[in-house]
Amino acid sequence: MPLFLALLSGALFGAGLYISGMTDTTRVQGWLDVFGAWDPTLAFVMGGAIIPMAIAWRLTRVVRRPVAGGQFPPAPMPEIDRRLVIGSTLFGMGWGLAGLCPGPSIASLSFGGVQGIVFVAAMAGGMLLAPGMKARLDRAVPAQ
Amino acid sequence: MQPEWIMGLIGGVLIGLAGTVFLLGNGRIMGASGIIGGLVDGTGLADKWIRIVFLIGVVAAPILLAPLVGQPDTKVTDNYLVLIAAGLLVGIGTRIANGCTSGHGVCGISRFSFRGIVATVFYILAGGLTMVVFRHLLGVI
Repeated sequence: MPLFLALLSGALFGAGLYISGMTDTTRVQGWLDVFGAWDPTLAFVMGGAIIPMAIAWRLTRVVRRPVAGGQFPPAPMPEIDRRLVIGSTLFGMGWGLAGLCPGPSIASLSFGGVQGIVFVAAMAGGMLLAPGMKARLDRAVPAQ
Repeated sequence: MQPEWIMGLIGGVLIGLAGTVFLLGNGRIMGASGIIGGLVDGTGLADKWIRIVFLIGVVAAPILLAPLVGQPDTKVTDNYLVLIAAGLLVGIGTRIANGCTSGHGVCGISRFSFRGIVATVFYILAGGLTMVVFRHLLGVI
């Protein structure tokens, strides 16, 4: 059951990224490029995704437990730290450079050619480097 | 060909439904960088099959849809220096920030998570600034 739900969720995610055009790097870069030929599509994708998700979060208070058992995620942490800000800034730079974020990079693996595979490999490399960078970041300025 | 914003909206709703199934079904936040990262660095091997099966779905859906919706488009740059730098930045950044467009963006904003909103503001600003510098000033991308 949990595996079937994960497969269904992944398929819906892949379909949504594909249909919305978010696997097209020029569309994502076009949205970020406010001073160029601005492409508003990404705002509709975000808006369209947030509405069902907001209802889903509401429903977690009604149904109490996930269908496959276990617990719902805890309430979000309130504090903003250095990791969040610096990490998101680095991510945004990479997102702009290639027009790919993690989800669409996986969704386009079957048709993204060698470039798509190189991006995913570099991303995996970055993910392996992240724990070391995180530790260095915490050492650079003593933890709060 | 449908107007692009309608396709964007329909695709967006599907992404939201994907997050809904993962949350109400499996009790988890659908964050692509977390799902991938846990497999890559070995921190998420305890539930590796959930992650692997999810990613199989993500890869398979466009293959199945291609005959219906039309030829997929990516236009990923063939400037490998840019591509590798971008991949490294996305990998490092999302893991340090503990989330990307799906986790912090879609799943975070929809529950009014302050961290999700702040992360989204920073990655959009950084992305926009990157376009200004690397497209309009340097002409690299």
